Amino acid sequence: MTVSKFLMDRPKKSQQNEQTIITVSGLTKKFNGFTAVDNVSFEVKTGAIFAFLGPNGAGKSTTIKMLTTLLQPTSGLMKVAGFDPVKDPDKARRSFGIVFQDQSLDDELTAYENMELHGVLYHVPKDLRNERIRHLLEFIELWDRRGDLVKHFSGGMKRRLEIARGLIHHPELLFLDEPTLGLDPQTRNHIWSYVGRLNTEEKMTIFFTTHYMEEADRVAHTAAIIDNGKIVARGTPEDLKRQTKTTSLEDSFLALTGKTIREEESTGADRMRMRRKAWGGR
Amino acid sequence: MVGSLGQPLLFLVALGFGFGPIYQRAGGGNYIEFLVPGIIAMGVLFTAMFSGIEIIWDKQFGFLKETLVAPVSRIEIMMGRTLGGATVATLQGVVVFIISFAIGFRPTNWMLLPLAVVFMLLTALFFTALGTAIASILDDMQGFQLIMNFIVMPTFFLSGALFPLAGLPSYISDIAALNPLSYGVDGLRGTLTSVLHFGLGTDLFILSIATFILLAIGSYLFSRIEI
Repeated sequence: MTVSKFLMDRPKKSQQNEQTIITVSGLTKKFNGFTAVDNVSFEVKTGAIFAFLGPNGAGKSTTIKMLTTLLQPTSGLMKVAGFDPVKDPDKARRSFGIVFQDQSLDDELTAYENMELHGVLYHVPKDLRNERIRHLLEFIELWDRRGDLVKHFSGGMKRRLEIARGLIHHPELLFLDEPTLGLDPQTRNHIWSYVGRLNTEEKMTIFFTTHYMEEADRVAHTAAIIDNGKIVARGTPEDLKRQTKTTSLEDSFLALTGKTIREEESTGADRMRMRRKAWGGR
Repeated sequence: MVGSLGQPLLFLVALGFGFGPIYQRAGGGNYIEFLVPGIIAMGVLFTAMFSGIEIIWDKQFGFLKETLVAPVSRIEIMMGRTLGGATVATLQGVVVFIISFAIGFRPTNWMLLPLAVVFMLLTALFFTALGTAIASILDDMQGFQLIMNFIVMPTFFLSGALFPLAGLPSYISDIAALNPLSYGVDGLRGTLTSVLHFGLGTDLFILSIATFILLAIGSYLFSRIEI
């Protein structure tokens, strides 16, 4: 079944008619004297699949957190679907869905309940909510597992569920932070096929980050590479390969960002993530 | 919930029957009767703090992160979470109360039971809010260990839960007088066994104000969470 059936009732005021859905201008974030994001500017066209790439510690996560209202910028301007995340956080939040790198589902609830909770948080009226939950769960092929507790789901199932959940409030923009990290090839393929359909059938803009360069090469329309807090390149994968005279996105990436491994200190979040993995999380 | 009952139960039985005879001989009366309200408060304290602290984890790997990015006000989220945590902690207190019947405890005045639950709830709210406030600014679970040792344990031991505060050297009784839990414990003891140190009115008043202030602080810190 197509995604169109449930997304047809998209609200009239949408970014469909606007050319750019994300504008970032002079965005800067400093933490105690360390500049994580340094005067970054880029644009994402409506309906594009945009890859935001960069080595560890480059400022990727920080930029996304600012775009998604989780962090306040030190300076600079952003526009997400026509709204400023700093001045109108709630309006901006309604316009996008997000799938984080780390799970944000409630393990003690069922798949259906997780979906429902999201619908309530985003003020989706009850009947519409139930209809959309059904369509979305069927779309990601988890409808018959809707009554099962999420803690029994595999990593791939949880990721699929998070994608479906992020769509209940009909966003025009979907943020995906390392959507296929740690998943097997079949699941990765499935996820990109769902995302691809959302993009072609519904003109949903996709903003994703990944370390899997072949995937970015295959699916992205445009990309930007950030390193040490600054944008070092932007354009289509073809542009980047031409610019660096390489034949794969991975090679152009390495050419632009260098081959030294970025040493970072582990953050509190990293330590918790490792502990979580040790205790059998995914 | 069942697992977390182990500790209060252990304290109740070990300390109650262990110190009972000596306490009685020293003229203190029935130690079990004295101890039960303290152990109820213990159940409430630990459960409340833990549910608040869970936020450290939840904001990175759990459902809380989803709520931080949703178009819902932080205050609403914080209130919901605090009330939820406080409810569980209060229930824990009630369960300890019921279990104490098995070792012979009986409240002296059944009519005051609702007031006892009020004290449990206020104490639960205070410590859930405290846990939430602390968790809002911490980034790492290592901090949790520190909290347990340097905040929760002293709070529990210096609150009159395990021993009477009357006649103690001033350095202990002064600290106890500054400890919000002392008023919760005293309120519980007053309503359940009619033994009071500060006075029911004082207990209610101080505990309410402290809880109110902490809810405000907790809300503020929670609203400023940045991950």
